[in-house]
Amino acid sequence: MAIITYREALRQALEEEMDRDKNVIVMGEEVAQYNGAYKVTKGLLDTFGEKRVIDTPITEEGFTGVAIGAALAGMRPVVEWMTFNFSIQAMDQVFNNAAKMLYMSGGQINVPIVFRGPNGPAEFLGSQHSQALASIYAHFPGLKVVSPATPYDAKGLLKSAIRDDNPVVFMEAELMYSWEGEVPEGEYLIDIGKADLKKDGSDVSLITYGKPLRIVLEAAEQLKKSGVDAEVLDLRSLRPLDEEAVLQTVRKTNRVVIIDESWPVASMASHIGWFISKYAFDDLDAPVELVTSEDVPMPYNHNLELAAQPSVEKIIKAVNTVLYIKEA
Amino acid sequence: MKKDIKKYKPELLKKMLKQMLLIRRFEERAAQAYGLKKIGGFLHLYIGQEAVAAGSIANLDLKTDYVYTAYRDHGHAIACGMDINSLMAELYGKATGCSRGKGGSMHFFDNEKHFMGGNGIVGAHIPLAAGTALKIRYNNEKGVVLCFFGDGAIHQGSFHETLNLTKIWNLPVVFICENNQYGMGTDFRRVSSVDDFSIMGQSYGIPGKQVNGMDILDVYDEVGEAVKRAKTENTPTLLEIKTYRYKGHSMSDPARYRTKEELEEYKNQDPILILKSILLENNVMTEEEFQNLDKGIKEQVKASADFAEQSSEPDLNSLYEDVLV
Ligand SMILES: Cc1ncc(C[n+]2csc(CCOP(=O)(O)OP(=O)(O)O)c2C)c(N)n1
Ligand SMILES: [Mg+2]
Repeated sequence: MAIITYREALRQALEEEMDRDKNVIVMGEEVAQYNGAYKVTKGLLDTFGEKRVIDTPITEEGFTGVAIGAALAGMRPVVEWMTFNFSIQAMDQVFNNAAKMLYMSGGQINVPIVFRGPNGPAEFLGSQHSQALASIYAHFPGLKVVSPATPYDAKGLLKSAIRDDNPVVFMEAELMYSWEGEVPEGEYLIDIGKADLKKDGSDVSLITYGKPLRIVLEAAEQLKKSGVDAEVLDLRSLRPLDEEAVLQTVRKTNRVVIIDESWPVASMASHIGWFISKYAFDDLDAPVELVTSEDVPMPYNHNLELAAQPSVEKIIKAVNTVLYIKEA
Repeated sequence: MKKDIKKYKPELLKKMLKQMLLIRRFEERAAQAYGLKKIGGFLHLYIGQEAVAAGSIANLDLKTDYVYTAYRDHGHAIACGMDINSLMAELYGKATGCSRGKGGSMHFFDNEKHFMGGNGIVGAHIPLAAGTALKIRYNNEKGVVLCFFGDGAIHQGSFHETLNLTKIWNLPVVFICENNQYGMGTDFRRVSSVDDFSIMGQSYGIPGKQVNGMDILDVYDEVGEAVKRAKTENTPTLLEIKTYRYKGHSMSDPARYRTKEELEEYKNQDPILILKSILLENNVMTEEEFQNLDKGIKEQVKASADFAEQSSEPDLNSLYEDVLV
């Protein structure tokens, strides 16, 4: 298997799907001539031309709506939002049009579209540029929401998202673009809605998705040294959620920590916490713990910004809590 | 290029030159500190565009008037008279920064001096400017609001919605599109239905005009007219001020989308050099005075970096402060 970056995995998925289906187009700010603000669309303009790789003005609501209009008429646009922070301007189009068109039309009009870009904090970017918005997107019926954490998942899930007949919100992360991982040479797809068991364990379940996976695995390593055998479940998809995989790991370890870089209130993490308490209450040996971002806008100062986010230390602390281990 | 400069008070001319120099030296220092990793994230430099902020804001009385801008905000903050120690400290993320280290480069604020930021979302501050003008009108105050934004922002719905609102509600706003030719890597002509942004006012019955942003006296005069109109007739104005940024969009942008020749062409009409030569020609200032001015400013800027360096980090407890009052 080849070792490639997360960025390259996304690029390959786009290239292969554009090759395969002429209805696939890419649209967004700086995606064509500049090769993408984060270079995910590098080379696509050269390969497919400006008819299919389209630079837009800075008009998130407008071009997102245009893409939705093209999708419901039969095209398969991939909209790149330079970052999800700017998608907030496009939310009306996504929530009121893309997510509801099929339902409102009594099943007549579906919207095969992908909205993708980097989500969540990077570094030193301050409040308006460091927002993890998965919970908001996952709130709306009529959308699929995926958040791959490895190059392998990024490629397989993006290809599936492009072929999906529904609107798919596809969440990446600026800091993940340079992460490397193994990706098979040939074509493959990953089903949307399937979690991935990253590490077997028996003492506690660490459930996460997206960028925090890396620190979760790091925490699991450290826990091993102190004799705690943690299981790590990467959800990969938030909607649909792999509920069976969640229940399975809970039944196995009886203790759960959910790690989510979103804010804690009305979040993916709080939803899963409720789901477990409802459907696996008798399997729990301790209340579910959440490790989320602190309930504040992101500060610029680096110490503060690190303190605002999930960390290895916070995860280990939460694990100790659910294991009733008193820290020295 | 001979200009009749008698109509300007020498103090005003010197003040504008000083401000432009201060903006430039401040940013050169900031770029250096960025290289040394004292500053992180986005740092959008204003170098080349100094005449726009300095010339426009020179018309204001910041007891009654207000300024809004986007994330390329150092120049406007300095032109509003903010203390550069607090600005450099903000870039360093220190507790003594103008936003207590929570804002960074894109989010300078000074409520007292009526510098209202520092907004990171393209086009998002434009309605806020009109809202502040609504307050001015509601209380029958004398003020005006200057709203600066880029050539990239002008296509946002927020701009078009706000133009209409200011016209139907007679709000004293001067909209200043700083057309520095590029929105990130995109030449403004590639993403605009018209090349002349000033005509966009017409759709809303708002007067519009193009202004040469490399000449601070033109900027001063045209913004002055618009400010007067806003204060006496409660009429908004749209100005497209043509300018140029010498650096990339932010520190990570090598700016390969433009030619060296183009950059040189603008550096040859550098706003600081233009005003300087006018002042020298007209005996408002001598070369020696200019050199002393520059030297003093460099020392002031260095002192701001020392101040930032020596200031303390924000207390961890401040993480949960300022979320709600
Ligand atoms: C709504 C939104 N979309 C995209 C961005 C990313 N972005 C930041 S600056 C910029 C270019 C803006 O260009 P312009 O308005 O001309 O201002 P300039 O940078 O030239 O001062 C873009 C696309 C953003 N901050 N906000
Ligand atoms: Mg611009």
